[in-house]
Amino acid sequence: MEPGAAAAVGTAGAVGAAASAGAPAAAAAAAAGASAAAVSASYCPLPLPLSDGEQQCYSELFARCCCAPATSSSFFSSSSSSSSSSSSSSSSSSSSSSSSSSAGHPQPAAELGRGASLPGPAATAGANQVGDLFRASQLPAETLHQITELCGAKRVGYFGLTQFYVALKLIAAAQSGLPVQVESIKCELPLPQFMALKNDEIRYSNPTELHGMKCQIPYVTMEKNSFKRVDDGEKQQEKMSPIMSPVSSPPSSPSSYQRVPLTYGYGKLRSGMDQMHAAPYETRQHTLQQEGSTSGSHGPKPTRRQTSLIQSLSVEREPQESNSNYPDDPWRITEEQREYYINQFKSLQPDLSSFISGSLAKNFFTKSKLTIPELSYIWELSDVDCDGALTLPEFCAAFHLIVARKNGYPLPESLPQTLQPDYLQTAFLKPKWDCALFDSYSESMPVNQQPRDLNRIEKSSIKEKTDLTAPAQDVNIDDKQALKISSVDEAMPKDLSVDTATSKDLNTLKARPRSRSYSNTSLEEAMKRVEEPPTPPPRPQKSHSRTSSLDLNKVFQPNAPAAKPGLLPPPPALPPRPLMSQVLHHNTSNDSISQTKLPGQLPGYGDFRLLEQVLLTQIGCVWWNFREQIRKDNDLQTKEQIAEEKDLCQTEQVSEIELHPQLTRTPSQTEESGSPVKKDLPHTQPPSKPIRRKFRPENQVMENQEPSSVSGTSSVPTVPTVKPHASIQKQSSKQKKAIQTAIRKNKEANAVLARLNSELQQQLKEVHQERIALENQLEQLRPVTVL
Amino acid sequence: MAVCIAVIAKENYPLYIRSIPAEQELKFHYTVHTSLDVVDEKVSAMGKALVDQRELYLGLLYPTEDYKVYGYVTNSKVKFVMVVDSSNTALRDNEIRSMFRKLHNSYTDVMCNPFYNPGDRIHSRAFDNMVTSMMVQVC
Repeated sequence: MEPGAAAAVGTAGAVGAAASAGAPAAAAAAAAGASAAAVSASYCPLPLPLSDGEQQCYSELFARCCCAPATSSSFFSSSSSSSSSSSSSSSSSSSSSSSSSSAGHPQPAAELGRGASLPGPAATAGANQVGDLFRASQLPAETLHQITELCGAKRVGYFGLTQFYVALKLIAAAQSGLPVQVESIKCELPLPQFMALKNDEIRYSNPTELHGMKCQIPYVTMEKNSFKRVDDGEKQQEKMSPIMSPVSSPPSSPSSYQRVPLTYGYGKLRSGMDQMHAAPYETRQHTLQQEGSTSGSHGPKPTRRQTSLIQSLSVEREPQESNSNYPDDPWRITEEQREYYINQFKSLQPDLSSFISGSLAKNFFTKSKLTIPELSYIWELSDVDCDGALTLPEFCAAFHLIVARKNGYPLPESLPQTLQPDYLQTAFLKPKWDCALFDSYSESMPVNQQPRDLNRIEKSSIKEKTDLTAPAQDVNIDDKQALKISSVDEAMPKDLSVDTATSKDLNTLKARPRSRSYSNTSLEEAMKRVEEPPTPPPRPQKSHSRTSSLDLNKVFQPNAPAAKPGLLPPPPALPPRPLMSQVLHHNTSNDSISQTKLPGQLPGYGDFRLLEQVLLTQIGCVWWNFREQIRKDNDLQTKEQIAEEKDLCQTEQVSEIELHPQLTRTPSQTEESGSPVKKDLPHTQPPSKPIRRKFRPENQVMENQEPSSVSGTSSVPTVPTVKPHASIQKQSSKQKKAIQTAIRKNKEANAVLARLNSELQQQLKEVHQERIALENQLEQLRPVTVL
Repeated sequence: MAVCIAVIAKENYPLYIRSIPAEQELKFHYTVHTSLDVVDEKVSAMGKALVDQRELYLGLLYPTEDYKVYGYVTNSKVKFVMVVDSSNTALRDNEIRSMFRKLHNSYTDVMCNPFYNPGDRIHSRAFDNMVTSMMVQVC
């Protein structure tokens, strides 16, 4: 392949150089060739008029067919090669003389000036290659047989240049629908078109495009673009592969089949991104070929930059599958590619809305085995904001450019529109959320671009560029198309795409287009709706939003990391010593109480106890004291109730309820007094009594329901220990509910009190600190004698 | 406006030098090289006076009969030297400053490219284009 490539390059260069000069030579050569053909091919006595383009094309094809098998047989020169170089013209003259003899004299390839000119005129085209080529024309076998007969190859036994040219002409005629006859080649025919045949794999791209481009490229770019020639050469070399590929197999399925698993295989970042690139390369290959025809401007530009890289490209070019959804645009990112890019981005940077740093990207892209200058250039193209980092759209653009480059595409002068970050962002965000939705879109979408939308989105997206990562350029395309379809106004799709794209990242951006968007098709709505469900980037950790007690837990945790349930809470900072002892005492007593004196205890106690445990760890001894007091009080009350039956229970409930408000009072008292516990205890008792009466009726119900509600509350750890009295069991469900409501109220009150307690605790600490400071001052001011 | 633009690294070797017309390239290279002494002189002089704040734009380094040489040094001791045709009298100091600013911005963009190793020659196409835009105006 390499020599062929080199030869092709040389040929192309020579062709280019001698194009102008060669034209008349070519004409003369054509005449000579025609005459030679007329002389040698009696089977086809008619002169074979070949236009310049055909000359080029045929000579190339012949060269390719001859290249691999090379060597071979008779030297058959034709005029076409003469245009390539003077040596070949001299050889052609000699060959024309030899052709008259029509003997298959094998001539050494060197005579052809192989290095300088087409290897073509040498010898005959290898039968294998020719067969492949003919089959690539996708003509029925009988037609091919006919053509072969007509061109005289069968007669002479080989495919000489003349025969080859005639055959090509006939193929062109057949493809044009003309009957395969000698006469039909007289007229001007379009170039025959052959499907692309790769060396190792059978790939079928759109044959017309492929070969048409191949032949057209020399036509179009013969003056200037050696690079494209090389491309053609390379492609045709592939086509020339000796492998007898079944040309007739359906084009799309094998390629797509091959492409898909490769694409999916790219999810894994293999060493050296070659494999990763392969599938997108394959997808790109054909698009490249097609692109070449449609945008010949690509050719000249990369030429100067990349002629030196051509060899490397040909080496690097892996079996390429060309099967793109948008065959005419290699700069579009297909859906698969987009997903692939996104996955790669995620592997580097999990947050899709963030950047990939320059060094990280450098390491990553260096694996693609592209040269540093090329990578530098790709970076230049893709890093639009020049911040040394790649957002998702930028990353996708860069990746796509690398892929294209590895596939042999010349790098563009400027970033193509489909690779612009804004374009990618809008298209990209959508698929991120709902690829399925996108697929449905992509199916229904025509290949279209919205430059206007791009502009607008560019503005918005550029602002938001940081938020959006755009690995999926294809998605962008899909998005654009989807938007286009769905939107009435062209601007609207952009807005919508912006909406969809930015909804995740930028609410502002979303809002902007929305204000302008008017008609929403179901698609748009679906898209928007789709945007909602996907989880946005990791939300900031929310604090607990459940019960207040739990919140308090979080608040208090730094203060008291001790375990909550049943454990002694570590004393808060600067707790009064006596309180500590009291706390301990109360705690133990409380525990014992809680565990032993269950029957009489109100169901609310169980719940409260849980809260207590939680709070105690946080609040501190004051609270403990209060609780202990409450418990004592309640215990007393429960005892009374047990003794007195219902009324007492109600009062107990009441007292319990009362105690909580009292607790709020007591903390304040505590703070003021400085000796919280002892003083508060007595306070709690008296106030409860008058209040009891209020709740008496309620208490009665609650009393009755105590045990049942206690058993009913699952959150209370001590509940199982509470066993309903026989007397309590008789109570009705209404009482249960009343008790439960009372419990809830108590819980809430408890929480409020707990908060209060914490606040007071804080104040207490401050007061203590002040006290300490004052004491220090006092010590300093004291006479020295006092130690 | 400019006939020659050069980017000199801290170690006083050129990172990028380009001049038009091409035939006088050698002369401009020599001019730039000699101007480095003037740059250093100015930098050191300024450094003594205002250590903390240093003007990036050095101004006219020295005029010759044919052209003027302007200098600009960045905070990382990367020097931009611009040779301007003397016949182009319409060029004001502000314009030169703005040109240097553009140069500096483009240079920063080149630096942002992770594939660019500081100290390498600058091959950035964007940088080339920017420099061309500044130089083409002369012709």
